[in-house]
Amino acid sequence: MVEGKDRATLDHILTSCNGDKRALIAIMQKIQHEYRYLPRQALEYVAKKLGVSPAKIYSVATFYENFSLRPKGRYIVRVCDGTACHVRKSASILKTIREGLGLDKDKTTTDDMLFTVETVSCLGACGLSPVISINEQIFAEMTPEKALACLNKIREKEAGNYGKKREKIHL
Amino acid sequence: MNDNEMKTVKKEFMWVDGRRVELNGERNVLEVVRQAGVDLPTFCYHSELSVYGACRMCVVEDERGQILASCQTPPKDGLKVKTSTPKLQKHRKMILELLLSSHCRDCTTCPKNGKCLLQELAIRFSITGIRFNGESFKRHDLPIDNSSFSIVRNPNKCILCGDCVRMCAEVQNVGAIDFKGRGSGMMVSTAFGDPIIATDCVHCGQCAAVCPTGAITVKCDCPAVWKDLYDGDKQVIAQVAPAVRVAFGEEFGLVSGENVMGKIVAGLRMLGFDRVYDTSLGADLTVMEESAEFLERLRSKENLPLFTSCCPAWICFMEKRYPELKDLVSSCKSPMQMLGAVIKEHAKRHDVGDSKTIINVAIMPCTAKKFEAVREEFYRDGIADIDHVITTQELVKMFREAGIVFADLEPEAPDMPFGIHSGAGVIFGVTGGVSEAVIRRVAEDKSMEAILDIAYTGIRGLEGAKEAEVTVGDEKLKIAVVNGLKNIDEIIKKILAGEVHYDFIEAMACPGGCVGGGGQPFGLKPVKKSRSDGLYRADKLSQIRQSEENPLLAGLYKGVLRGRAKELLHVHY
Ligand code: SF4
Ligand code: SF4
Ligand code: FES
Ligand code: FES
Repeated sequence: MVEGKDRATLDHILTSCNGDKRALIAIMQKIQHEYRYLPRQALEYVAKKLGVSPAKIYSVATFYENFSLRPKGRYIVRVCDGTACHVRKSASILKTIREGLGLDKDKTTTDDMLFTVETVSCLGACGLSPVISINEQIFAEMTPEKALACLNKIREKEAGNYGKKREKIHL
Repeated sequence: MNDNEMKTVKKEFMWVDGRRVELNGERNVLEVVRQAGVDLPTFCYHSELSVYGACRMCVVEDERGQILASCQTPPKDGLKVKTSTPKLQKHRKMILELLLSSHCRDCTTCPKNGKCLLQELAIRFSITGIRFNGESFKRHDLPIDNSSFSIVRNPNKCILCGDCVRMCAEVQNVGAIDFKGRGSGMMVSTAFGDPIIATDCVHCGQCAAVCPTGAITVKCDCPAVWKDLYDGDKQVIAQVAPAVRVAFGEEFGLVSGENVMGKIVAGLRMLGFDRVYDTSLGADLTVMEESAEFLERLRSKENLPLFTSCCPAWICFMEKRYPELKDLVSSCKSPMQMLGAVIKEHAKRHDVGDSKTIINVAIMPCTAKKFEAVREEFYRDGIADIDHVITTQELVKMFREAGIVFADLEPEAPDMPFGIHSGAGVIFGVTGGVSEAVIRRVAEDKSMEAILDIAYTGIRGLEGAKEAEVTVGDEKLKIAVVNGLKNIDEIIKKILAGEVHYDFIEAMACPGGCVGGGGQPFGLKPVKKSRSDGLYRADKLSQIRQSEENPLLAGLYKGVLRGRAKELLHVHY
């Protein structure tokens, strides 16, 4: 069961949506925004509060690609594999990033919980393809090397900040 | 135009395959077509659930050659449809082939063999080959969920019609299962993929009852029963629940509602059962105990309303959803568990089994009884009061396996000392029956007229929620009779909100009560109605109408139950 701070957070999210079960998706988006994924306990808590079955919430959570039931890293790297990016060899970028971080199709988050690597179909920036995004920030005209460099930069920054809590990074 | 003129309603018609059909408030074209005598195939339509419109088997063609899903199309005056055209035939075959292309085809070893709708339609539409290679979508290695005592889920055989999901959510308000994922990865799943036993599932088996394929089936306990029947060191005793006798014959071509208890008894003896008893006697015991408890609560004005306790799925629902109501639920065990305990005690005292181990087999309309029987509350000294529970359908299978020719069976009577029951005991199998039986007991006027009057207070009938008022002494008692967990859930919410007041609430999880149990042959409302009529007929034919007049009870209360009624007949969940 959720307690303390988490409970307050979830209650806040629920009241912001008037505890209305029709706002289920919005509520889930807010939870994901807060925790970077959908923690099981959080879903069970809101299921009870909203009077929706946990199976229904699970159904919604697994239907949309955007929802994740697994914890994600602090940096979410999305490699675009839409048509424009694909023809400009996004696949090799993905391959390099995954290899560099020791990830694959099924293991998408690094053990230190720093990076999660996903693919998306079109980030809406085809003119700049191939593109990747890191926590909502777009990086244009990528090559495998440039992409790796971006990640290394984050690594260094984070190592320097070790122990300090920093929510936002500026690259 | 005033109201009087409005009354001449214009008749409306539709044309089905060129024949005129009058519209009588049918909800969709499918119902009209079926009314016209054409049995359109469907997978995802279930008249008692919401319309889903996913399978497209129910298609018809309109005048312009447009294809409509009839289950989703509202009937319209003047609408002309055809139900069988080359286009439609092609369409239906295509759907079946596509479904079959990714479905396992090992019918001969499937638990649903002979009862599967996919199999039936494949035969009906003469599917002899499949043009598509569905190998890459074929599911064969999704894990089978065997965790429940009542149902088995094999997602590899699911065709995604969603009947189970809607049954569990819409009728039972449980919502233990739902769709997961999308596209070719879609399947029916519990929340977080947990084993079903770890969810809110209440074991009612209604999902298995509506599943057209072998994806959800009732757990089969026949092998364990066979084993004990063939074991010379065991004395195997059967008890048969009221609702079984009015549904069993359906599987052998008899009309629903025909009471075939006598034939069942004869068949059970052929199978090798040493004794055959009637659970209706357990129901008589329940009436005695529950009435006393009810009167006591009325006197002390405590723990009202009293909720009945014979339905294990309802008990499970209460424990999971409304644990705060625990004290309101009657402390009586269900008739099955009462009789189970009494049989074992009796056998101990009289050594009827020549020192053999007594094995109690309960034949029930219900899948939740399988779960009830293994609850720890019903083990005494490490021994279960009920050893095996098999459903009506499982017993049918055993009869078939043994080669019993049902039509040739000569009816026989159940064994003494647990073979006589009152009419009150036998109507336990239908919604409203428990209430009626209890009212007969607590009513002061026991004349035949008074008993008949009770039948007309409004507690009979298959509606989901009924109310009745009876006068006992100078008190007016309010009774609610509810079936289907959704209806129960709603009434509880109203009670908790202080909107309604009742003194006695009969709660049965399955729509229609036990006659519509998850272990019965599948039947819609009209079938359940015939079954309940059958039970009321059995009541009428009983020389004894009231439980307290059952001559066996006095002996029991003086014998095995002396000083032990609390221990053997009551339970604390
Ligand atoms: S057995 Fe009843 S409660 Fe359990 S999943 Fe099936 S319909 Fe739902
Ligand atoms: S499990 Fe059965 S009822 Fe449920 S969706 Fe699959 S085929 Fe339909
Ligand atoms: S395809 Fe990559 S941004 Fe559109
Ligand atoms: S029955 Fe009409 S679409 Fe399935």
